[in-house]
Amino acid sequence: MNPADLKYSKEHEWVRIEPESIVTVGITHFAQDSLGDVVFVELPEVGSEVKQNEKMGEIESVKAVSDLFSPVSGKVIELNEALVDTPEMVNDGPFEQGWMLKVVLSDLTQLGALLSAANYESFLESDAV
Amino acid sequence: MRHTPLFDTHVELGARMVPFGNWEMPVQFGGILNEARAVRTNAGLFDVSHMGRVEIGGPDAAGLLNRVLSVDVTKVRRGRARYNVVCDLDGGIIDDCIVFRRIDDSFLLIPNAANTSPVLDWLRRWSSASHVDIVDVTENTAMIAIQGPEAQAMLQAITDADLATLRPFAAVNASILGVKAFVARTGYTGEAGFELIVPSESSRVIWLASVERGAAPCGLGARDVLRLEAGLALHGADIDTSTNPYEAGLERFVDADRDEYVAGPALRHLRDQAVGRKLTGIKMIGRGIARQGHTITDGHHAIGKVTSGGPSPTLDTNIGLGYVPTDVSVPGTTVFVDIRGRQVEAETTTIPFYSRRLNS
Repeated sequence: MNPADLKYSKEHEWVRIEPESIVTVGITHFAQDSLGDVVFVELPEVGSEVKQNEKMGEIESVKAVSDLFSPVSGKVIELNEALVDTPEMVNDGPFEQGWMLKVVLSDLTQLGALLSAANYESFLESDAV
Repeated sequence: MRHTPLFDTHVELGARMVPFGNWEMPVQFGGILNEARAVRTNAGLFDVSHMGRVEIGGPDAAGLLNRVLSVDVTKVRRGRARYNVVCDLDGGIIDDCIVFRRIDDSFLLIPNAANTSPVLDWLRRWSSASHVDIVDVTENTAMIAIQGPEAQAMLQAITDADLATLRPFAAVNASILGVKAFVARTGYTGEAGFELIVPSESSRVIWLASVERGAAPCGLGARDVLRLEAGLALHGADIDTSTNPYEAGLERFVDADRDEYVAGPALRHLRDQAVGRKLTGIKMIGRGIARQGHTITDGHHAIGKVTSGGPSPTLDTNIGLGYVPTDVSVPGTTVFVDIRGRQVEAETTTIPFYSRRLNS
């Protein structure tokens, strides 16, 4: 369910580590399933700085608005522009076409704060969610 | 938490259950947007058993209802229903509900779930105990709505009621799968459809038989999306005791000129004044979703509040309802909705946003 090659945050974001300190960020299957039909995604602008565990945007389902928290610190270099018109891609493929943004990390040590797929799944099974 | 007779059936069908007032109700089964689409194109099934069912009978039944309801029930024929509001002595809206006249001196009132008890209190306050019986029968029955263009064909397959001749806001006693039922052509979605009152113990087989014939189980999420598209006010959001029927655009459901009507003097006074604000449709132009509680502005200053808002899958845009000054309520006026500090452009529009006749 949660790809083993990704890292995860307790706020239900995933991080794919790419070459040259770049990461791709999205929300997990658990997050999209809890939200229900996603109808609006508000992301930070390209060029802006995001901070680990701080609010970076908003995601709205039919019924509710939720904050998006950045799982990493760094500079935003690309957004998934397709989410503007087809936010439902977050539901259809949270780990694939529903990715949200690419960030150049300010430093690599911060990745140590993220969970492995196995640890994220243990976290989901715990009462802490 | 109270459970409807269909609670276990919902859980089996994979519903996501949420607290709604004192009830634990399904918010969605297969996704709110898919459910809303099913109702617009095919048929959907809603458990509305949480709504009140109050029987009012006896020689003074019509007299009591005429003191309390905004319509003259003596003009409602047997087997017919009327939408109306229950107003307090200031003209504030205690509830909106449907009243059915079953036989000459027997009526059935359907208040909103959360308002059943305030409505019962209000009825009892104005009743002459010896001549009228007020019985809350909510617990004895289930209530199911089947709505959408295919609802009639699906329901006709399991009932002996002649649905083709059943007019809007008419109801009959009939049999569904051999079970005694009350079948009304009413609803809260903007689609053609029916609401059924059935014995609690038979609700499961009727629900499953409808699902088998293709009706999509729908939750409160889809119900709210559909009623908003149809411009139908929700009590507790768009209307409440701080709003009156004239500013809410419900004046056509009010007959204030009746001597016996307890809210009549207040309503006549309100009617004779200029209406300062009006419940208005709001269509988003900029990117953003208006939500209940958001401030409506003229770009600089607050001029009103959003009372309901969300995405409209049928119209593929974001819509809302809110109170704005009467001059701003003229359709096509530019307004802004303050969405978490952002002024997002919108325009006022007529209600309903969606009408089966206009949009299909």
